Amino acid sequence: MISKYRVLPGPEHFLPPAAARMGIQLPNPGEAHINGVIAPEEKAYEEAARQFLMAKVPTIFPGPLVLWAWNEKAAKKATAIRHLYNILKECVQPGQKAMLIPMPDYRPKYPKINPEVEINPNHPNLTIWHNKIDCCMFVGVHCHQANLSLKIIRGGTSCYTIAMCAQAGHEDAMLSFRDASVEKIMRLADTIKRLKGTVQPRLETAKSSASS
Amino acid sequence: MSKERIQISEDLYDIMPSDYQDLVKSATYGKEDRGWKDIGSSKELIEQHSLCAGCPESMAFRYILASLPNPEDTVMVGSTGCTSLVFPMVAVHNIHSLFGNQNAIASGLKRALSVRFPGRVKDVVVLAGDGATVDIGLDMTLQAWFRQEKFTTICFDNELYANTGGQESGLMQKGFVAKMAPVGKLFDKVRLPEIARESGCHYVVNCTVSKPSLVEKVIRNAVHVAREIGPTYLQLYTPCILEIGKNSMEGLQEMRDSEKPTERFAYKEYVSEPAKQLLAELAAKDKERKAAAKQLASQASA
Repeated sequence: MISKYRVLPGPEHFLPPAAARMGIQLPNPGEAHINGVIAPEEKAYEEAARQFLMAKVPTIFPGPLVLWAWNEKAAKKATAIRHLYNILKECVQPGQKAMLIPMPDYRPKYPKINPEVEINPNHPNLTIWHNKIDCCMFVGVHCHQANLSLKIIRGGTSCYTIAMCAQAGHEDAMLSFRDASVEKIMRLADTIKRLKGTVQPRLETAKSSASS
Repeated sequence: MSKERIQISEDLYDIMPSDYQDLVKSATYGKEDRGWKDIGSSKELIEQHSLCAGCPESMAFRYILASLPNPEDTVMVGSTGCTSLVFPMVAVHNIHSLFGNQNAIASGLKRALSVRFPGRVKDVVVLAGDGATVDIGLDMTLQAWFRQEKFTTICFDNELYANTGGQESGLMQKGFVAKMAPVGKLFDKVRLPEIARESGCHYVVNCTVSKPSLVEKVIRNAVHVAREIGPTYLQLYTPCILEIGKNSMEGLQEMRDSEKPTERFAYKEYVSEPAKQLLAELAAKDKERKAAAKQLASQASA
């Protein structure tokens, strides 16, 4: 049965349901999902690029799987993420601010989280609120921590979430790729470059991301 | 494992918070003779914590983390209490257990690690307060010792339940009146070091944390003995200055006062015969290594 539930920017409410519980399914290889609806990967690249170019503060959150050079593949992904960020910086217009904020580990760092320089999966909303982030992409975050964060973000902020997942994707993101690789990250960068100048950014003050 | 295995990806290095950069650049992972003297000249494995100003427990944490012989391959198991406020700021693998369960968790963990990593030394260190070790978790504590589980149990003894307002604990001294124990303790402090010895611990020490060099020595001994022979137990006095009515500056003096020869934290040590032999061997090897290094240095300078 196809679910009528849609994974949309919040704030949904304090404890939003897990999208999986609402019937949202994960994409098959070669597919992605947009707002909980399975879509061809092609379309997802376009949509992700558009969301990044529209956002006032488009942000990439690399996680421990790419921040730490566990192996050659991780280091290559880190290089691709830096490339994506550089492209994003080049392609946004004055008034937009691309950011690259790390999630170095998953410890619940109370009370010391510095939202200017890092994001923590146990209270990701602090970093999003502080930096007024209205579109973000998770990459290199272990799935269980990504799910936790994505749900908190959907519950308490109006931020659009993208997951570049190396496994099967994330229902709780508004847009999710699966089987993330260096090639896919580079392809997203290319799409952003291609769409540069064709997307109207939301330059008015970003919708308050705090839940009222 | 050495610190070479945990490098930050070059392309994302600049965005990492400075505490992580420092951990990679100047922490003492992999250093053979790491110890409390590294404090101040290298990155400590504890970041800012949320303990009270002047809390002796924070001193104990710093000395212990500086002294663990193998931090990159150590897993610490904590329990509910003030220590659990600190573990999120500690750059050593750690697990938070249910209140009192710490020694049971550590038993399973140690066994699993030896199956999963048969060729590698993996140390397990339990660090919990007196409530978790002696009251709520006494069963788990003792059973782990009876089974001769090869890990170290450290008890931060502040002689009451500090972070819930000062209730009576088994390790509280007789007659002590706390905020939530107004009648005063009616019976003696549980003699856990003696119980540990009788329960099969091979290395037992009861002391305060006023002297960093002493803490370093007992931590290294306890971990080495646990690694090779069997369970070890350290009971360290870390007074709760708030609950005993002291000021932030007075924690150190309180420990010094409590370690005098007639006091309850006078240094007490028990070492089993196999542990004595092991420690003697380690000391001899250490001496040999230092002499060789000295000789090498003098040759290089000549």
